[in-house]
Amino acid sequence: MSAKQKIAMMIVCVLLFLFVLDLVRRRKLREEYSWLWLFTSAALFILVIQYSWLEFISKLIGAVLPTTTLFIGALVFLLFLAIQFSMRLSKLTDQVKNLVQENALMKEKIEEMSRDVEPRSPVTDSV
Amino acid sequence: MERKIKRLAIIPAYNEQKNIGWITKTIRALDREIDVVIIDDGSSDDTVYQAVQAGGKVIKHSCNMGYGVALQTGYKYALERKYDYLVQLDGDGQHDPKYIEKLFKVIMHEDIDLVLGSRFMEVDQGVKVPLQEHSNGMARKWGIRLFGSLVSALLRLRITDPTSGYQALNRRVIQFFTRDFFPCDYPDADVIAMVYRAGFKIKEVPMVMANRKTGASMHSGLKPVYYVFKMFLSIFMTFLRKKPTLKERAQGPRQK
Repeated sequence: MSAKQKIAMMIVCVLLFLFVLDLVRRRKLREEYSWLWLFTSAALFILVIQYSWLEFISKLIGAVLPTTTLFIGALVFLLFLAIQFSMRLSKLTDQVKNLVQENALMKEKIEEMSRDVEPRSPVTDSV
Repeated sequence: MERKIKRLAIIPAYNEQKNIGWITKTIRALDREIDVVIIDDGSSDDTVYQAVQAGGKVIKHSCNMGYGVALQTGYKYALERKYDYLVQLDGDGQHDPKYIEKLFKVIMHEDIDLVLGSRFMEVDQGVKVPLQEHSNGMARKWGIRLFGSLVSALLRLRITDPTSGYQALNRRVIQFFTRDFFPCDYPDADVIAMVYRAGFKIKEVPMVMANRKTGASMHSGLKPVYYVFKMFLSIFMTFLRKKPTLKERAQGPRQK
């Protein structure tokens, strides 16, 4: 890896790290989602500095070029992120479902109660 | 003093203004003791008005959540209001309300937890019932049969029409269905598998179902493909998961 490549990678890592931290500071990103990003940028940074580790991992997985290892690492990371989002979405769907159901049941109850209080008022059924 | 047995009919409906009225009226005319609740799944047409006019009670979802969610809202309502027995039927006119009595009779007087209305069961107490020909074509019919045999084989229980949405449940199953694991996209053959595995007793009753009169079917476009995939996956998963224990079954809806 040339010095140019190294410096470029390090700058990307540091910027990413700081950007994620800043997002957390401004409450744009919740802490629970930041760790995966922070972990990845830190790991990438270490691998760039400790080039021998990267070479070792490359040999371990049979990659010819250390840069390939970095790319694979990035891909795996994105995959994990996508799965994390899917999981979160499933949970959110479930929560929304429960809310809509509870809301619908409560609306019905309130309508029923107001019907009992004012028996002569017409039932409002506007959609 | 023994309290009166409460019975409920739930009809999930999404844009069914043409059908919901006569279905509700028919049930009301059949037996005034049966309460009718229509779960409006965010319809954009006159479904709510028609349902109220016909004398039904309407529970309104604020947005369209899907058939399964609407069903579960009905179960939650039934549980909250302490209904003893519940019949569910579709709001598209496929399910003739006249069979409600038959379903209630079985669920109330036999030792059964869940009763299914089957299109493919031929013999009803020795009388041959004409088999239903579906205009949707062979593919669908064979699809339903395939799931039937799959579930039958896995459960060692003969089920001819596991995709039937015309069902009657008792209080224990209602409670079971209000839990979070109730599959809300297409509750179907996998639900039957789940219910059976949880130790409930299931029985089928033959009935004739009409083809839908108006409105669009749930199963159109690419959906059948996804549907088949989902059924296989979720039936398979039902068998991989741990059996719900008796204690779990006895608990009410999980509070998170």
